[in-house]
Amino acid sequence: MSNSDIAFTRDNGRKSVRSFLVAELKPKGKMLTPFNIVSVPVIILGIILIVIRFAKGLGAVTNLTQEVPWGLWIGFDVVTGVAFAGGAYVITFMVYILNMKKYHSIVRVTVLNGFLAYVFYAGALLLDLGKPWNVINPIIGNNFGVSSVLFLVAWHFLLYMIAELIEFSPAIAEWIGAKRARKILSGMTLGAVILGITLSTLHQSGLGALYLMAKEKIHPLWYSEFIPILFFVSSIFAGLSMVIFEGSISYKVFSNQISEKDHKSHHGIIHGLAKVCTITMFVYFFLQVLAFVHGKNWSYLNTRMGHWYMVEIFGFVLLPMVLFFYSYRKYNILLIKIASIITMVGIIINRLNVTVIGFKWDAVHHYYPTWKEIVVTLTVIFIELWILRWIINRMPVLREATSWAKN
Amino acid sequence: MNINRRNFLKALGITGVAMGTGKKLNAASVKKGSDKEFYGILYDSTRCAGCQGCEWECAMEHGLPDPDLEDIPVIGQKRKTNENRRSVINVYSTSKGDVYVKNQCMHCNQPACAAACLTQAMHKTEEGPVIWRDEKCMGCRYCMVSCPYDVPKFEYFSSNPNIQKCDMCWDRVKEGKLPACVEGCPAEALTFGLRRDLIVEARRRINENPDLYYDHIYGEHEVGGTGFLYLSPVPFEEIGFNTSVMNKPYPELTKGFLYSVPSIFVLWPAILLGIHKATSNKNNQTEEENE
Repeated sequence: MSNSDIAFTRDNGRKSVRSFLVAELKPKGKMLTPFNIVSVPVIILGIILIVIRFAKGLGAVTNLTQEVPWGLWIGFDVVTGVAFAGGAYVITFMVYILNMKKYHSIVRVTVLNGFLAYVFYAGALLLDLGKPWNVINPIIGNNFGVSSVLFLVAWHFLLYMIAELIEFSPAIAEWIGAKRARKILSGMTLGAVILGITLSTLHQSGLGALYLMAKEKIHPLWYSEFIPILFFVSSIFAGLSMVIFEGSISYKVFSNQISEKDHKSHHGIIHGLAKVCTITMFVYFFLQVLAFVHGKNWSYLNTRMGHWYMVEIFGFVLLPMVLFFYSYRKYNILLIKIASIITMVGIIINRLNVTVIGFKWDAVHHYYPTWKEIVVTLTVIFIELWILRWIINRMPVLREATSWAKN
Repeated sequence: MNINRRNFLKALGITGVAMGTGKKLNAASVKKGSDKEFYGILYDSTRCAGCQGCEWECAMEHGLPDPDLEDIPVIGQKRKTNENRRSVINVYSTSKGDVYVKNQCMHCNQPACAAACLTQAMHKTEEGPVIWRDEKCMGCRYCMVSCPYDVPKFEYFSSNPNIQKCDMCWDRVKEGKLPACVEGCPAEALTFGLRRDLIVEARRRINENPDLYYDHIYGEHEVGGTGFLYLSPVPFEEIGFNTSVMNKPYPELTKGFLYSVPSIFVLWPAILLGIHKATSNKNNQTEEENE
């Protein structure tokens, strides 16, 4: 590492590390944007609620019960959030494994999004733990609960965060001007990508496998032994829909950072992703039908939950699939974006159906999140977006790499 | 495709890491090497008079708040265990009159909670009781999600919350004493002993009194066998039992998934590296030109 340190100081013209960091830490841009005006009060309120939660216990903030121990913070923040972060492993698979160079310009921003999503959703997991100081137990010491799916998921979260940090690290090296470090870190990309895809396969499905033991607790329309496969397949188009959605926003918000070439190629990228979404959604729809028939679930269809199930399958899987297909054929970018939004709503509905709505659906007292749980969830999302904006404004994420870093 | 030393070492490294990680992730739930029989408790609901003595004994033994004197078993109301009580008595109106039932942890032979626990805080001891260990638990509540009987209870209003559940008085059992509820039961509705002997005893009671008992021992096969065994005068649905549980251990539900993990960890990197090599542009060009 000493080599890279030398390169670091040299490249900054002997400017000290401290003054560089101080300069970079200062806010850039306007302070009174609509996003800031909305997010700052929410974040302040959310932090107060988090303090109350740790001082008085989970019951002071959440509506969790003895029968429904996992609520919005797990079902939405962790399970849904990680599905949306799936774009990173799909895009790196396409670019580094399949060598589809067309998508290279969105790798960095997608990996950054994925990395931050994991950091913050794992963070949300800490808020939900009764004894968060013991979170290191499954990582160190002799307390390996190896027969636990959660053990696997926890380790994979940790390892995947490291893999994504390595994938993103060349951008950090370019930011601080560490040439040699960048070279070393770039050389690690392929290894990190391969590890990352393997880990993603297992923990995307693992999040579904968490619920396998809750056999009688989840409504039969959403419980099947296929949950892990369904979760994995849906994470592909969930992640890509997020990439399409998030891409169209950041190409507006950070428009000045993006080269003309990338601006032009962006429509082509969205168009190509629509095709991948169509195919994976078709596979997913087919699997859902298979799980339905396999589970002999006909009798549930004409119930309240059955109607809700059909809304999910037809309105939020089949409809966006057809939209993706149609807009791909017609090259209609706007329609692709609309399809991606419907898909994302569908993923939220699906994950909440398994984890919250369908969980103990027959209980006397249903679980509904409190407004406090929702504010804390928004706080987590807003803080993530603040950090994302901070990084994009400083590091070469969307803009092209500095001249020395091109190879 | 040319494989140079560097790529070979890379592949080797990835495979090595994969195998190292993979090995740890096997679905272990049955203790191998110890054919020791588990201890258990037989509860005979035909003997129980619903005095709630066991509730008091339990609360005193585990330092829990005294039971509420007003809170007695009432037909049509299901009293549940919670973070302040590990054991409750309920009463049901059945075809053979009022029947009392004690509810607490079932102490499964292969507990879902212990398989779910990623820190081994929830632990099936070799002697049989399923115990919870404070210093290992991180409070994730996955045990509560997994338990088919909703047994573990969480202290939602504590900044250092514990899981409360019956531990079959593990500290007393270790010293050779009887669990508090068994010792305190004036009606001898509870019997402590080796699970095998308890099943023999339960069978004997059913055979000697076929009119009194319904011919089934709840817990003999349910969820793969439980440490708490029940005798009843009526079918178990009538006295609030979950009879829709599987007859195989719940950890089996995740076994298939966990068994696939090591193979994916070994196969995926190799396949991905292979595809990467095959799709690299240089490679495809030379192939066409060579042919």
